[in-house]
Amino acid sequence: MAKKPAKASATAADDADFMLHSLQEAFEAKKRYAATQAEMLEFYRQMLLIRRFEEKAGQLYGLGLIGGFCHLYIGQEAVAIGLQSALDNDRDSVITGYRDHGHMLAYGIDPNVIMAELTGREAGISKGKGGSMHMFSTEHKFYGGHGIVGAQVALGGGLALAHQYNEDGGLCLAYFGDGAANQGQVYETFNMAALWNLPIVFVVEDNQYAMGTSTKRSSAETRFYRRGTSFRIPGMEVNGMDVLEVRAAAEVAFAHVRSGKGPVLMECNTYRYRGHSMSDPAKYRTREEVQEQRDHHDPIEGLKKTLIEAGKTEDELKAIDKAIRAEVAQAADFAETSPEPTPGELYTDVLVEEY
Amino acid sequence: MGIELKMPALSPTMEQGTLAKWLKQEGDKISPGDIIAEIETDKATMEFEAIDEGVLEKILVPAGTEDVAVGAVIALITGEGEEPASAPSPAPAAAEPAVAARAEEGRGEGDSAKPEAAPLQAKIAPAADPAIPEGTQLVSTTVREALRDAMAEEMRRDGRVFVMGEEVAEYQGAYKVTQGLLAEFGPKRVIDTPITEYGFAGIGTGAAMGGLRPIVEFMTFNFAMQAIDHIINSAAKTNYMSGGQMRCPIVFRGPNGAASRVGAQHSQNYGPWYASVPGLIVIAPYDAADAKGLMKAAIRSEDPVVFLENELVYGRSFDVPALDDHVLPIGKARIVREGKDVTIVTYSIGVGLALEAANTLAGEGIDAEVIDLRTLRPLDKETVLKSLAKTNRLIVAEEGWPTCSIASEIISICMEEGFDHLDAPVLRVCNEDVPLPYAANLEKLALIDAVRIAEGARKVCYRT
Repeated sequence: MAKKPAKASATAADDADFMLHSLQEAFEAKKRYAATQAEMLEFYRQMLLIRRFEEKAGQLYGLGLIGGFCHLYIGQEAVAIGLQSALDNDRDSVITGYRDHGHMLAYGIDPNVIMAELTGREAGISKGKGGSMHMFSTEHKFYGGHGIVGAQVALGGGLALAHQYNEDGGLCLAYFGDGAANQGQVYETFNMAALWNLPIVFVVEDNQYAMGTSTKRSSAETRFYRRGTSFRIPGMEVNGMDVLEVRAAAEVAFAHVRSGKGPVLMECNTYRYRGHSMSDPAKYRTREEVQEQRDHHDPIEGLKKTLIEAGKTEDELKAIDKAIRAEVAQAADFAETSPEPTPGELYTDVLVEEY
Repeated sequence: MGIELKMPALSPTMEQGTLAKWLKQEGDKISPGDIIAEIETDKATMEFEAIDEGVLEKILVPAGTEDVAVGAVIALITGEGEEPASAPSPAPAAAEPAVAARAEEGRGEGDSAKPEAAPLQAKIAPAADPAIPEGTQLVSTTVREALRDAMAEEMRRDGRVFVMGEEVAEYQGAYKVTQGLLAEFGPKRVIDTPITEYGFAGIGTGAAMGGLRPIVEFMTFNFAMQAIDHIINSAAKTNYMSGGQMRCPIVFRGPNGAASRVGAQHSQNYGPWYASVPGLIVIAPYDAADAKGLMKAAIRSEDPVVFLENELVYGRSFDVPALDDHVLPIGKARIVREGKDVTIVTYSIGVGLALEAANTLAGEGIDAEVIDLRTLRPLDKETVLKSLAKTNRLIVAEEGWPTCSIASEIISICMEEGFDHLDAPVLRVCNEDVPLPYAANLEKLALIDAVRIAEGARKVCYRT
């Protein structure tokens, strides 16, 4: 996935301090997280859950049970799992854009309530009033689920400000895509985050297409990790198709932020197999390109290989898949059969208080 | 020939100030760039620089004189090589304090800086708020101070409350509304931001989602257009979209509406914009007591609040109850003048104009009731409809465009729910439907005034 040699990080000869702003070296020194077998199995299970969940969501969309926009995370699973497995869930917060199913599942949030939200049911995590793009779990410090491209970056800056203000030791993990990376507010936030030393990790999930526009057609600098440089935010470039690499990068980034050194910008290079949303036929790329990714870079197949090398059997892994398929089928069933919100819900939750 | 030194206008809305100190004495030589005097406005102390070469011949306004009108001659300078003027000193123009000749601010006479346009004190004060217990001690306070006091009190009360915005801390506020807050609460809670409205509105909103209680100041609401996405898409809608899980208790505040001679991009009333959005509370007070009581309520609210102030009203003084905790209910209008013949519904700066119009009308035998909406969303329909049922005639006075306005909304409500009480069509008296012009005469033509409001009231009373 790497688009260029990792050591090509920008330099500024007139600023001796500048090189300190790269974390890449620390990351390169220990590029794959030394996971225990149990951890690897858990990563495998979580990524597979996202994959199967999303496949099912795609099916339900095709059946008309899910409406509107529905952005699937298939192909990108290693990013959410690699990063979120390294969080301290008692303190840290997460925020993302509208491709949010995977990030919620990474928290272990019940697939039933996520799927029921997708089908617009009362039992959905937002009571059916948010939909695919607007899901939240304040209990897990997961703050959405935002439909406006790039908005979550500034909001994430605010969550980080709250961590700093409350001195709770937490950090905010703010995901956005290569498309959002061209929004102005992202850089407004970079500036303030660096200026105020906010505890935040900005993660660009570069899946190479902003809807139908490839990064090279939309971005003057496609090495997104460099885009924090003018704000003195250290950048990292990470293979987002390898969960162990993502996890190793997370350790480096989180340690940096937790030590009070301010924000980090991490670029995770990844690939979505499906269209931008369910209504996207993805005519802007070749079948071969997608197939190449599936055959040679798939994050789940990659980890499976590592697990088998470590002594796990095909049968053991198949059993995991089987259990997940059952779990997802059950979630779909729940989402199909649970009732829609009552008409009385139309006017609830507009305001918190009564005036 | 001597050169007359005149009291300078140090801001677009300044109409008088205090001549705090002379830094040059009579007989001193003066060069361009020398600081001659210090002048205090209600916002700040400014240095007055010489632009001419010469000798300070005569000081006409002694140090310490208050309420010196902009444009008044304060000293005479003799140019180099000129004979000192031997004429007797002109009467000190400053000696007559420019006490509120008009209740309204300087939109008049082709020059907004004219001394007679001074809005020192609202001439016609709103009736006492029935929500304030009788016998409460009242303290004359500017709207600016009232807002600051409200924020300071709430910051003392709740450690989660903080203020952020451009120039709010070290500069003490572009309009001095946050004066003194940095000294009391420190930089953690009074945060200067870069000029980056979209960014800091988003950060403020995110902080509210994360459990804090931010007050985000926009230098003016014109600049909040850059941030309106976060106000509406992020702050207003999230509670609903999350099925009530995720709250956003934030106050977006700052001056709104036309200021004085700042042109179209800096002169606009966003009340109707925000009031159209479910999920937002929109407050637009007029006097200092309401500004304070409603600001405190806004900060305590669990919902996102857009709090629309008015630059031209900041310096006006009104009675504020000396209560430990003066909090007013959101969503309640106030009858600021009782009457029986016609109702004038208004808000923000329109209240002063409407009261002035009511005064004029009283002289003609028309007894007008004036309602200050105070909150634009949720709108207090009940108070409006009750008044309509009493007077049977209603106009809306709004410093803002007529199309899709609060006035349009009030008219709809009267049609839908008060039709049987109407003896005349409801009229709106608004600004002209044009971008606000800069030229003083055109600006005056574009903005509502008491004359137009009175005219509207006569029309619905069929008294023209």
